Amino acid sequence: MREVAVLGVAMTKFGVSDKTNLEMFAEAGLEAISKSSLNPKDIQALFFGNCLGDFEEGQLHMAPFAHAELGLPTGAPATRFESACATATVAIRHAALLVGAGIYDVVLAGGTERAAGMGTPLATRTFAMACQAHHESSAGITFPGVFAMAAHMYAHKYGIALSELKRHMAEVAVKNHYHGSLNPKAHFRKPITVDTVLNSMMVADPLQLFDCCPFSDGAAALVLAEANKARELVEKPVFIAGTGQASAGSLYLQRDLTRIKAREEASRQAFSQAGIGPQDVQVVELHDCFTIAEILALEAMGFYGFGSAYKSASSRETYLGGKLVVNPSGGLKAKGHPIGATGAAQVTEIVEQLRGECGERQVNGARVGMVDTLGGDFGTVCNIILRV
Amino acid sequence: MIMEYKLTYNQFMQGLEQEKLLGLVCNGCGAATCPPLGVCRACGGQELRVAEMSGVGTLRTFTVVRVAPEGRTPPYVVAMVELDEGPWVMGNLEGLPLDQSNMDIIGKKVKVGSRRVQTKLPVQENQRSLTFHLI
Repeated sequence: MREVAVLGVAMTKFGVSDKTNLEMFAEAGLEAISKSSLNPKDIQALFFGNCLGDFEEGQLHMAPFAHAELGLPTGAPATRFESACATATVAIRHAALLVGAGIYDVVLAGGTERAAGMGTPLATRTFAMACQAHHESSAGITFPGVFAMAAHMYAHKYGIALSELKRHMAEVAVKNHYHGSLNPKAHFRKPITVDTVLNSMMVADPLQLFDCCPFSDGAAALVLAEANKARELVEKPVFIAGTGQASAGSLYLQRDLTRIKAREEASRQAFSQAGIGPQDVQVVELHDCFTIAEILALEAMGFYGFGSAYKSASSRETYLGGKLVVNPSGGLKAKGHPIGATGAAQVTEIVEQLRGECGERQVNGARVGMVDTLGGDFGTVCNIILRV
Repeated sequence: MIMEYKLTYNQFMQGLEQEKLLGLVCNGCGAATCPPLGVCRACGGQELRVAEMSGVGTLRTFTVVRVAPEGRTPPYVVAMVELDEGPWVMGNLEGLPLDQSNMDIIGKKVKVGSRRVQTKLPVQENQRSLTFHLI
């Protein structure tokens, strides 16, 4: 495999947008191409992420329209990826694999989503379509509900009083909102307190509104190229050191919801390819769709032992300045979660951190960073490790 | 070799309508798979026979859904149950006041039943979901 690097990265501001999916993606895509010292005609393929364009805008088959918005050459195929919330990460991984394999030299990857535009009832319904329709969505399970069941199981399994676990979970939200307050692109830029979380409305017991990430609109995109070409084009290429992706079935097959097996396997693949371990990573953008999700992710990737990551934010170990900075962008929780764009925004943040471009939220001395994105109810996990 | 799906969704639904929780038992390793899959959930074996599950299990986790998908009326309890035969299933806990649907129910024995899928959106006539009642 050839070495692959990231060149230009870009994301729109996440939040509520009056632009269409294609307009948002055009902004991010053109900015990423321009920052790579390239023109759209130089792009050889588009790896395009979108989940719910059919419900959001009545638009399927969005990839070729995105291709046209950017003015890509007819010979550059545009393909849509869908892996629920891991959509863009999976698109980026496949882009990296095909550049690594020598099929393409320069490609664009990313995603776009208008989740906020759907409103809560339709968004809740369409997100739940990523659960198994016949045997699980039919019981009225929701995404907050999935992680709520994981939280109850976590408290029971490790013998932690639910009220104590909830305080530690709230600290995850406080941290990520604090980080988000330092990110001009974040959906929410307001710091909160533990009481903000514990006084918010109940969504799915024990998860309250501020345990949950928002439905957001936004797009993000990045250019990937063979490493030598990247060195010619940009001053600070960031290299893909390892990737991993793994799959699991319905929750009824996964059983222990505190152990996300697809993540344990995907991160193992990524660390193995990179030839490093969790101790070598300084900054992580991980899938904190709910506060408990950050705790489960830290354990599955090996940053903490099982049953011990619930204190990670309360101890401030995962804050800016801590030993492992987790979600300096604000994460899905505060930066926002336009599902088809999320993975590309996570890669954008890690690339900018490794280039030292993050201003107030810069992780000092970051040389290795990791992206973790979970799709559906633990069915897909994709990890990407990046280094300078 | 022509593969014929051993226990289809429609057959599984017909079983529920007749108050039978059907599953598959692997001729190779003996594990039960419920709801059905194309292969044994434990060993991937393809030599499977249809068998009725006891319909009794242990509640492993739950949530009270208070913000529902379009078409549903909250609040309601979603739970996961480990059947006595080993498989886990998802359904709705019924017959218990919401204020008693708390951590104390984890580990309690339940009886599994079913009901028509509860939604205002159009669904096929025969679509059912599982229900759980504390024993």
